[in-house]
Amino acid sequence: MRMGEGRLQRYGLRFVALGYLAALLVIPVTIIFFRTFEDGLGPPLEAITSPDGQHAFWLTLVCVGIAVPLNTIFGVLAALVLVRQKFRGKAILNTIIDLPFAISPVVIGLALLLVYGRQGWLGPTLIDNGIQIIFSTPGMVLATIFVSLPFVVRETMPVLQEIGNEQEQAASTLGANGWQTFWRVTLPAIRWGVAYGVVLATARALGEFGAVSVVSGRISGETETLPLFVENEFTNFNLAGAYAAAIVLALLALVVLFSMNLFKRKETEA
Amino acid sequence: MSSVTVDGGGVAERGATYGDTGIAVEGVEKRFGTFEALKGVSLDVPNGSLTALLGPSGSGKSTLLRVIAGLEQPDAGRVTIAGADVTGVTPQKRGVGFVFQHYAAFKHMTVERNVGFGLKIRKKSKEEIAAKVDELLKLVHLHGFAHRYPSELSGGQRQRMALARALAVEPEVLLLDEPFGALDATVRKELRTWLRRLHEDVHVTTIFVTHDQEEAMDVAEQIVVMNDGRIEQVGTPRDLYEEPSNEFVMGFVGEVNKLGDDLVRPHDIQILLEPDGTTQEGQIERVAHLGFEVRVELVLDDGRRLAVQTTRQDAEERELELGQIVYLRPDRERRFAGA
Repeated sequence: MRMGEGRLQRYGLRFVALGYLAALLVIPVTIIFFRTFEDGLGPPLEAITSPDGQHAFWLTLVCVGIAVPLNTIFGVLAALVLVRQKFRGKAILNTIIDLPFAISPVVIGLALLLVYGRQGWLGPTLIDNGIQIIFSTPGMVLATIFVSLPFVVRETMPVLQEIGNEQEQAASTLGANGWQTFWRVTLPAIRWGVAYGVVLATARALGEFGAVSVVSGRISGETETLPLFVENEFTNFNLAGAYAAAIVLALLALVVLFSMNLFKRKETEA
Repeated sequence: MSSVTVDGGGVAERGATYGDTGIAVEGVEKRFGTFEALKGVSLDVPNGSLTALLGPSGSGKSTLLRVIAGLEQPDAGRVTIAGADVTGVTPQKRGVGFVFQHYAAFKHMTVERNVGFGLKIRKKSKEEIAAKVDELLKLVHLHGFAHRYPSELSGGQRQRMALARALAVEPEVLLLDEPFGALDATVRKELRTWLRRLHEDVHVTTIFVTHDQEEAMDVAEQIVVMNDGRIEQVGTPRDLYEEPSNEFVMGFVGEVNKLGDDLVRPHDIQILLEPDGTTQEGQIERVAHLGFEVRVELVLDDGRRLAVQTTRQDAEERELELGQIVYLRPDRERRFAGA
């Protein structure tokens, strides 16, 4: 009898977990997929190959392509500082890094407007010098950096903590300087943590809507990323286009997530 | 205070080159926050010797080793290696080999690349590195393990790899921080013997940290006993055991009984079956057979307890047994000032 109960419990748990996933994630995404191709391949293909659609796709890649590498470099540096060094204000820095998690993306967008906008703190000086941040690509990149900033730091810190600093000390007694130690010992030891952080940051940057929306001005074919394009098509009743773009976005995210699982598997093998 | 100079003793007799100082530490102080880890330590380690830093945990022995390696900066004092003042020099440039208790293996590198790390940093040619690594792997009996990863090795093998890695750069001094501390008892004993033999082959000035007095006495030519951030005594294993300079050293390097202000080793108490006027009466509480030796635990008439070590033959001949009344004559008791 006890074995039966155990089995019941196990299946029950599995049912709850999978049911939750299905109802909240799998079913909506699947329905989008079906609705996209409801009227054949034509309309969705037309939508995503339209100039605006293509532009949105490339602009998204630009934002991700700048934000994620910058956040990776900063993230590894910040993790090293936070884990390996002792200084006044460390707790505050540690909290500030989590701000993008805590603040609503819309508020982040508004904050950027207040700094770089026409009536903002730095905005007028920059605009006088011919640099436009708000309603153009730099602002959108800034917003993307802001929202995807914590991931690499947060994924790298525990790994750094776990490996300790004995390997680094060993490297230094063997004659390695700081840079050689970082490059040959520290980085290889934390690489899967960093990679996981990069994947999460990429996924977040790809899908960012709120903050980018506020600073972009939403000019079709100029300041529209894929998520903004999806919403624009949707509000203009071009459902096929909206769904098609949504699928492209979902596929990008899926590629990223699968690569994450690949990393995770390597990590457990290592 | 703890400024102790080694007179060479048994170490100096082993070879003409041993007279020179390999490592000199002068008045080193180190504190961590409010904790004083080293309270003014001075020590000379003869060139080519094998020295143990022995002490309980928190005595400062590991900190002293790390100060010598440059992994900790002393708050005061000087460190000299092979005649050169290295106090402000980074570990990178000190020419020390350091072996950590938990191996500090580079987990993402094979054994071969671990051992060759220091040579690669020094931009040696591939052939040179391969030859040296090969030679060292033979020396530490890891030949055939070159392409394994540290995770595929046992603890003892990892530690031998770490040792080969430290030796690869031909360091002036070899420093080992509780090198056998994470290993089980059998492997520990094996590696002990092996380290001693290795030292005979390689002859690099070696200091190892341990809290195990038996290990220190088994392996080292010279032992530095530390306690509470100071050096208590420096000497050969025999010196420390026979002529301890204070109560702490006597108690740390071997078992002692306390008889009033007197300290006496368990094997320096004679058990007599008849009183002779100078003896103390005691009753046997326990007779433990430990192989060659027998340990007899007694309670004296005033309630104090003590232990006596004797041989199995002696215990059997005199039929020592539980509850028996015997008479004890301590020999070679010691009394230390301030005890």
